[in-house]
Amino acid sequence: MDLVFKALADASRRDLLDRLRADNGQTLNQLCAGLSGMSRQAVSKHLAILEEANLIATVKRGREKLHYLNPVPIHEIAERWIGKFERTRLDALSDLKKALESSDE
Amino acid sequence: MSKPTFVYVTYIRTTPDRLWAALTDPKTVERFWFGMTVECEFETGSSWALKFKDGRTADTGEILEAIPPKRLVIHWRNEFKPELKAAGFTRCTMEIELADYYPDFGGRAVKLTITHEANADTGAPMIDAVSGGWPKVVANLKSLLETGDIAFA
Repeated sequence: MDLVFKALADASRRDLLDRLRADNGQTLNQLCAGLSGMSRQAVSKHLAILEEANLIATVKRGREKLHYLNPVPIHEIAERWIGKFERTRLDALSDLKKALESSDE
Repeated sequence: MSKPTFVYVTYIRTTPDRLWAALTDPKTVERFWFGMTVECEFETGSSWALKFKDGRTADTGEILEAIPPKRLVIHWRNEFKPELKAAGFTRCTMEIELADYYPDFGGRAVKLTITHEANADTGAPMIDAVSGGWPKVVANLKSLLETGDIAFA
């Protein structure tokens, strides 16, 4: 999980994830074409960090390597912290519903 | 089929055999797939169906490839929403590999890669529909195999 937070702690890497979110399955060339301020080496390095954190998955198609946004680790984070609060809120709502409906009688 | 529309990867602390068993056992599938049940022999050429709790059919298809405990390819079509059924068949591939590297804390683990491909012209609605559900299903599967309990109910 440290790797996920470290990978997300950089604006350029979040930008790369946004680009994949808009158009999944891009090659390094396609990703570089949209980023004028970053060298190919820098983009490549950022992609390696994102892949190490499992935030992007890659697939080889012939000689090309396609990059995909992988949201699974982010769901694991949601499950660990947000899921718990969701359950509490749902319980609170259900108690409220019971209380309101019983007071009608 | 064009390039995959999405690719989901998760690393699970388990063995390829246990992961294959979880993906193909109806009782286990029901636990991590929000109560959906699967009807299939999981052999190449078997028919495949995913059903809701109440017995209605959600999706149907055929197993294009079943190589335990490595590779499962499903020819997959929605059955309960006309606009999704019209999107036609998609191809879902699940690949299981032993990985030396585990992003959470190192060590050996099993890498599960799920790719879903659709027809480039007509498949978009179907891919939109399944893409939102997969990460939760996969997170549940990982949680079930690692802790014995699901993450999302």
